[in-house]
Amino acid sequence: MQGEAQIEVEGLTLAWGDVVIQRDLSFRVRRGDVFVVMGPSGCGKSTLLRHLIGLSEPAGGRVLYRGVSLWDAEPEERDRILRQVGVLFQGGALWSSMTLAENVALPLREHTRLSPAEIRELASLKLALVGLAGFEDFTPAELSGGMRKRAGLARAMALDPEVLFFDEPSAGLDPISSRLLDDLILELRGSLGTTVVVVTHELASIFAIASDSVYLDAEARTITARGDPRALRDHPPNAKVGRFLTRGEAPAPPEGEAR
Amino acid sequence: MPASRELGFSRPTRGLLLVRLAGSWRLEAGLPALGPLERELERGGVERVAFDTAALESWDSGLLGFLFALIRAGERRQLTVDRAGLPEGARRLLDLAGAVPERGEGSRAPAPPRLLARLGGAALETLAGARGMLAFLGEVALGFGRLARGRARLRGADLAVLLQDCGAGALPIVTLISFLVGLILAFVGALQLEQFGAQIFVADLVGLGMAREMGAMMTAVIMAGRTGAAFAAELGTMTVNEEVDALATLGIPPIDFLALPRILALALMMPLLVLYADLIGILGGLVVGVGMLGLGFGEYYEQTVYRLTLADFGVGLVKGAVFGVLVALAGCQRGIYCGRSARAVGQATTSAVVTAIVSIVVADAILTVIYNVLDI
Repeated sequence: MQGEAQIEVEGLTLAWGDVVIQRDLSFRVRRGDVFVVMGPSGCGKSTLLRHLIGLSEPAGGRVLYRGVSLWDAEPEERDRILRQVGVLFQGGALWSSMTLAENVALPLREHTRLSPAEIRELASLKLALVGLAGFEDFTPAELSGGMRKRAGLARAMALDPEVLFFDEPSAGLDPISSRLLDDLILELRGSLGTTVVVVTHELASIFAIASDSVYLDAEARTITARGDPRALRDHPPNAKVGRFLTRGEAPAPPEGEAR
Repeated sequence: MPASRELGFSRPTRGLLLVRLAGSWRLEAGLPALGPLERELERGGVERVAFDTAALESWDSGLLGFLFALIRAGERRQLTVDRAGLPEGARRLLDLAGAVPERGEGSRAPAPPRLLARLGGAALETLAGARGMLAFLGEVALGFGRLARGRARLRGADLAVLLQDCGAGALPIVTLISFLVGLILAFVGALQLEQFGAQIFVADLVGLGMAREMGAMMTAVIMAGRTGAAFAAELGTMTVNEEVDALATLGIPPIDFLALPRILALALMMPLLVLYADLIGILGGLVVGVGMLGLGFGEYYEQTVYRLTLADFGVGLVKGAVFGVLVALAGCQRGIYCGRSARAVGQATTSAVVTAIVSIVVADAILTVIYNVLDI
């Protein structure tokens, strides 16, 4: 159902040891949203992502998946929640010792009771969906960066997750490949109803896909803007967000225009 | 021939220092010393610095570096530096360099910590490292528990490749090293035993030495350098590429998938390699005995068989299995908890080999004491 909260983040604090990176992060991702986490390099976007997908334990606050707190749940419950999550890492993170088909097949083999032949069929289907039909027996080292990312996406989609996370999807891609990946993201959201969370600072991509967003500020160490990025660009709540969304061309906004 | 660099200055009017730059100001000539100019500024009476570049022929960063230093020296003394006389390009680049003010904290490295702080930091780090190792051991134990119940996610194909790599792949180097170790043991013994006419006991020395001690020890050291390092480098690279994270997010425990097959492979292959090393070492001793000490082949063989018991080999094999587990644990732990840079992979590999060798020697000492107490 649209509008229902898929992920809620309440007062999350991110820290490496004693160094606080971001604090008091609260936002909700609705089902079917394409939710963008944006901000300048080094503001902690990727760290936030690691906390959302259960790789790092937060220093404070909660991450709720459909009302169930990820870090307060029993390990079995947490595994069950995270099975509904797919992640595309920055470099694709394909297992380099396996072929593409084996990469896509591994999660299927671990978590389903399908026969090897069925798994092979499904793996071919997922690879075809991302435009890599016929590449089943290639190893990751034989592919270009863009193809590796698409293969990583096929693997992330293997278990038909409810939520897909993307870490810098356009990093290292040429404009066309980047655009194709954006289209693919929108297509997945449209046809499968997948909720999408994207961490990026690529403006073209942000305006093309985002339906909601938060802006993490590096100095204030918290969220300083939220909402549809197009609206944020036209009516920036603070000067920094305005400059970020216009590649530094926006003038300082007039006083008192905060939304 | 290129024109040489010329630097001069004069005071045509009160308060004005005119710096004259001429010739070719290029990097290959180096940066000229600022000293004479600074001394001129120190003399006082200068309010404004201007430039005369009419005779300047060519320039690059060599000129810019000099000017940048001069402008900063001028700013420190609150002088006006008039850039109007400089070439257009140099002026623009200097404006660019001065556009963002220098960060007060950024350009200085933090002061080195005091001795006590360093000591405390090192102690805390060691403690954290020990805690990490314990946590890893716990994870591995849980993983083997899952494996025993048939619920661990371990790929048979991976295990097969690892078994081949840890076993058959190591044979050539194990052959070479153990043959030489057997040879060396025989030489060392022969020099002493020959004085008493007791050459035949070289067979005892080599046989016991290889079976109880050197076979397991040398094989373990080889495997630490060969396979333990490879584990750490491979898993470390996987960590850097987020492949380990990808496993975790897909609900596949990295310990089960990556560490268990490696530990199993080494634990299974090490005893076999040790047995092989024992036999090759004894062969090395035989070559010395027959070739140098004039012992008969049959004689040497009989003495070895007479002296060695099955228990002697058992002692070595148990040691081998334990060492194998230690080498694999060190390699996997360092690899999976590797940092996220190329340098960290190198450190993980080094650390894996050092940890493995230290723990092998410590474990050997402990096992020897235990055998002694049990009278094996």
